Amino acid sequence: MLDNPQKPLVSVRDLKMHFPIYAGLFRRRVGEVKAVDGISFDVMEGETLGLVGESGCGKSTAGRSVLRLYDITSGQIEIDGRQIGDTPQNQLRGMRPTMQMVFQDPQASLNPRMTVEAIIREPLDEHTTLTPTEKRDKVAELMDAVGLNRKFAGRYPHAFSGGQRQRIGIARALALNPKFIVCDEPIAALDVSIQAQVVNLLEDLQEKYGLTYLFISHDLSMVRHIATRVAVMYLGKVVELADRETLFADPQHPYTQALLSAVPEPDPSLARKTERIILQGDVPSPSKPPKGCNFCTRCPAAMDICKTGEPEYREIAPGRFAACHLHNPT
Amino acid sequence: MTDTNMTAAPRSQWWDVWDQFKTHKGAVMGLGFLIFITLFCMLGPVVWDVDPGKLNIRNKNLRPIINALWDADAKVAWANPMGTDNLGRDIMANIMQGGRISLAVGWTAMVLALLIGTTIGVLAGYFRRFDGLLMRFTDLVLALPLLPLLLVMMLLFRDPLRAAFGPEQGIFILIVTGIGITSWMQTARIVRGDVMALKEREFVLAARSIGTPARRMITRHLLPNVLSPIMVSATLGLATAIITESALSFLGLGFPSDFPTWGKILFDSVDRMTSFPERVIWPGLAISLTVLSVNYIGDGLRDALDPRIRGL
Repeated sequence: MLDNPQKPLVSVRDLKMHFPIYAGLFRRRVGEVKAVDGISFDVMEGETLGLVGESGCGKSTAGRSVLRLYDITSGQIEIDGRQIGDTPQNQLRGMRPTMQMVFQDPQASLNPRMTVEAIIREPLDEHTTLTPTEKRDKVAELMDAVGLNRKFAGRYPHAFSGGQRQRIGIARALALNPKFIVCDEPIAALDVSIQAQVVNLLEDLQEKYGLTYLFISHDLSMVRHIATRVAVMYLGKVVELADRETLFADPQHPYTQALLSAVPEPDPSLARKTERIILQGDVPSPSKPPKGCNFCTRCPAAMDICKTGEPEYREIAPGRFAACHLHNPT
Repeated sequence: MTDTNMTAAPRSQWWDVWDQFKTHKGAVMGLGFLIFITLFCMLGPVVWDVDPGKLNIRNKNLRPIINALWDADAKVAWANPMGTDNLGRDIMANIMQGGRISLAVGWTAMVLALLIGTTIGVLAGYFRRFDGLLMRFTDLVLALPLLPLLLVMMLLFRDPLRAAFGPEQGIFILIVTGIGITSWMQTARIVRGDVMALKEREFVLAARSIGTPARRMITRHLLPNVLSPIMVSATLGLATAIITESALSFLGLGFPSDFPTWGKILFDSVDRMTSFPERVIWPGLAISLTVLSVNYIGDGLRDALDPRIRGL
């Protein structure tokens, strides 16, 4: 996206999030889980960047680290022109209204002891000085925006279905008119019929409020539907990032190719023809990533260099990034 | 709350809590008894203005009037419906006076223990850097033998407190503090465990992403969710406090000897329990029914405060 005149709203450089492992009698630090191990990407204003990858590859950790819900190990994060990579938590408070999050499990992300109104009002209580009446109006407005009946404001989360709960979570994220929302698998815990509703709601809201999303998901077809650009993660690293169309039509990294070949094809005659790439073995432990390329243990196209040298994450074509020795400049 | 936009009537949530509470029969009965016993002790002496300390040797060892039902020869008098003790003091007046003290000690010590326990538990569970220190301190207090500790406290502080607040007030403060600071540990441990589990839930993370500071995180998200275990420790704490006070009175380290409390009346009557069982039964009944009713109220309240059980 070099020719895109938009400026990046979010720009992440070499973000690392390592969780220490303590073991033994004296709880000494014996190692670390490299959940996110040096990722870089930009999210342009108004776009949706899809972040895909299999379970445990660090997608959610990446999303949370970008919002600084964790104290990151290293790296730079710039959101809306402000560096927040090493800002202490208490100084981040003023920044919070700009960046919000929608969580994966709508059951767990709502406090069971608070009414819907109290949940959606919480951000307003924290960051605005509206009067109680104005807050009520704003809550009602938000409930309309996400398609919830205003009558339900006094109910508790357990009385709602999964899709409705997710709408409550979205209303809460919208309350402060954020610019950037991290959607951490917002549809993974929902019924298939509800998934489309929630995704469409997210799209409508994006159009209405000019939101920018980082959409984390393992559902490739959903990402294809909503994202403008897609980043693929494997074992804590971004292996490929490209435009949605380009990525789905012509994946460059062997891992992306394997991942895309796993998408079920609804047409049986086509499905018989397409050849699936079956990866052998398991994902290595993020506490002991292999030497060289993270993917070299399972890569069908692994070469000698893959087992020794880590591939550089570079732009292989305008707007296309990949980290693979197959695409080394010759 | 003015209702301009919301179509639902903003009925106070406390009405829902009350509606749910009413469905718990035991809790309603418990609440009824607690109100009764409290009024009995607080307002009783106004109606029944017999001096609990007045000796009346001629009318000593009267039996309660119920005994007249099956024993025509029983020595009873309408002037002393619960009978008199071996010095002719009216037992009903003593129960009223003793109940005031016992209830006051029980509630205050329970609230104190609960405050200390919850504070320490929440701090240790929420702030990892305090955890080690606070929990080792809790273990330390748990390891102390309580009765000797209380005895030492009585010996050290009784006289200065008496001098400062008067004999009754001073000993009251001493007993309440003594019981309070020696019975908070269970609550602290339970609350710490629950807070640690809650802290990892996504709604806490969601609140953090909103920018809720730790102070409001605790009051808004953590405390309401640890209410159930706190409530259970509260009901148990009240019982323990009343009984510990009795034990202290029994050892002669509680209130002065002419100052009745339920525990003291109970222990004073133990020697002649076989001839006059009612003297043990009255205070025993008062203590156990109070504890039982508080237990039931706690049970009902816990259910009523949980929106999932309330079915809204």
